[in-house]
Amino acid sequence: MLSVLFMKLEVLMFGRLADIAGNSFTVKDVADTDRLINTLHKTYPALADTKYVIAVNKQVITSNTLLNEDSVVALLPPFSGG
Amino acid sequence: MSNANSYERYRRQIILPEVGEEGQQKLLRAKVLVIGAGGLGCPVLQYLSAGGVGTIGIVDDDVVALNNLHRQVLYSVNDIGSSKAERAACILHQLNPEIKIIPYNERLTVRNALIFFDEFDIIIDGTDNFSTRYMINDACVLMKKPLVYGAIYQFEGQVSVFNFKRNENDETVNYRDLFPNPPEEGEILNCEEAGVLGVLPGIIGTMMANETIKLVTGIGEPLANQLLAYNSLNNQVYQLTLSARKETRSLIPENKAAFLQMDYEWLCSSEKTHPTAVGSEIDADTFNALIANGNVDVIDVREPYETPLANDFHNIKIPLTQLSENTSLIKSDTIVAFCQRGNRSLQAANILSGIFGSGKKVYSLRGGIVEWMKQKQTV
Repeated sequence: MLSVLFMKLEVLMFGRLADIAGNSFTVKDVADTDRLINTLHKTYPALADTKYVIAVNKQVITSNTLLNEDSVVALLPPFSGG
Repeated sequence: MSNANSYERYRRQIILPEVGEEGQQKLLRAKVLVIGAGGLGCPVLQYLSAGGVGTIGIVDDDVVALNNLHRQVLYSVNDIGSSKAERAACILHQLNPEIKIIPYNERLTVRNALIFFDEFDIIIDGTDNFSTRYMINDACVLMKKPLVYGAIYQFEGQVSVFNFKRNENDETVNYRDLFPNPPEEGEILNCEEAGVLGVLPGIIGTMMANETIKLVTGIGEPLANQLLAYNSLNNQVYQLTLSARKETRSLIPENKAAFLQMDYEWLCSSEKTHPTAVGSEIDADTFNALIANGNVDVIDVREPYETPLANDFHNIKIPLTQLSENTSLIKSDTIVAFCQRGNRSLQAANILSGIFGSGKKVYSLRGGIVEWMKQKQTV
């Protein structure tokens, strides 16, 4: 259980999301993506107003997904520029 | 090869065993439509023309401006004020007179999209706005055309290939599997607002040209079901795997008739996304477009005995008097209430907005079912 309590995972941000929260950081003690997103929205309220897709270990997810210490979570917004 | 000159022109890529004369013939037979002759479109057009793609269409209704030249490297100061599509076609013809280049000095619309896309094998999205991007995506799904996608933001770019199966058993993925609905207007800034380093669209556009050549010749592994994210500041490349989403299909018009009814500018406008701020009323045309788009719950807030009956579209019957207790019947994120003349439905919209907050978009049909039926008869 100890490893769960002190779990740290990596979060990568892209585009405008990186302007809001930085390119990458670690988050402690979140069991799944729903809880991670809740935590992030509390820390960075501007994220809540932005569309993005969530990927866990480079796979885009569409529902709540369990996380572990090795997980890398990426948040990517849409780009429109051409 | 038709003549020695042609062979000589493409010799350095023909001698690649993966390409060969056969690959070059495939390129010469290919028909590729490039939408947007701007930052992404310029490198795409240059490399596809130089590499011998036999037929290239260019759709753009814009003219060259001085502030384009730092990234739209096809053009020079003499081109300022001229049509991008026509200038690009002329410059590319000088680069390679052996291929056919067709300029369309027009803005892409639901009407001409269906006509243009029919003539080409591969579509390339180098546009600079969400409404055209969603229109291109939906048309490609509808017409089963592979779509080479690229987009940029400041120092970052995204590249993908949609609607393409690498293996027979693969499912196809499209842009709406990644982002089902457009962001709100102003939420994501374009190059004009956010700025862009000139070389970035050069890199991303060149990747798009590379993906296109891979699709045509069948070499390598195209970015099908993958999204490549590139950061020019730290040279990091992040490649994600995408999956088809069940709900995506309902967002895309089912057939050409439904596609022609779509209003993509409206879909991406702030009027739609902030309707409850002042008035949430919509007219009959907008109402019809919403229904055509799907994913909307239409609610008849009249009492059960009232006529005319609304049988022309699917609706849920919840009288205004019982609305607050029955909101669990409402599932979609977009709601349109209607009544006889549009008064009670406006009250209903206010009640629902109060209950759901910004989580759902709530509208009221102006003039009610009576006005809607009148409009229907006059059409």
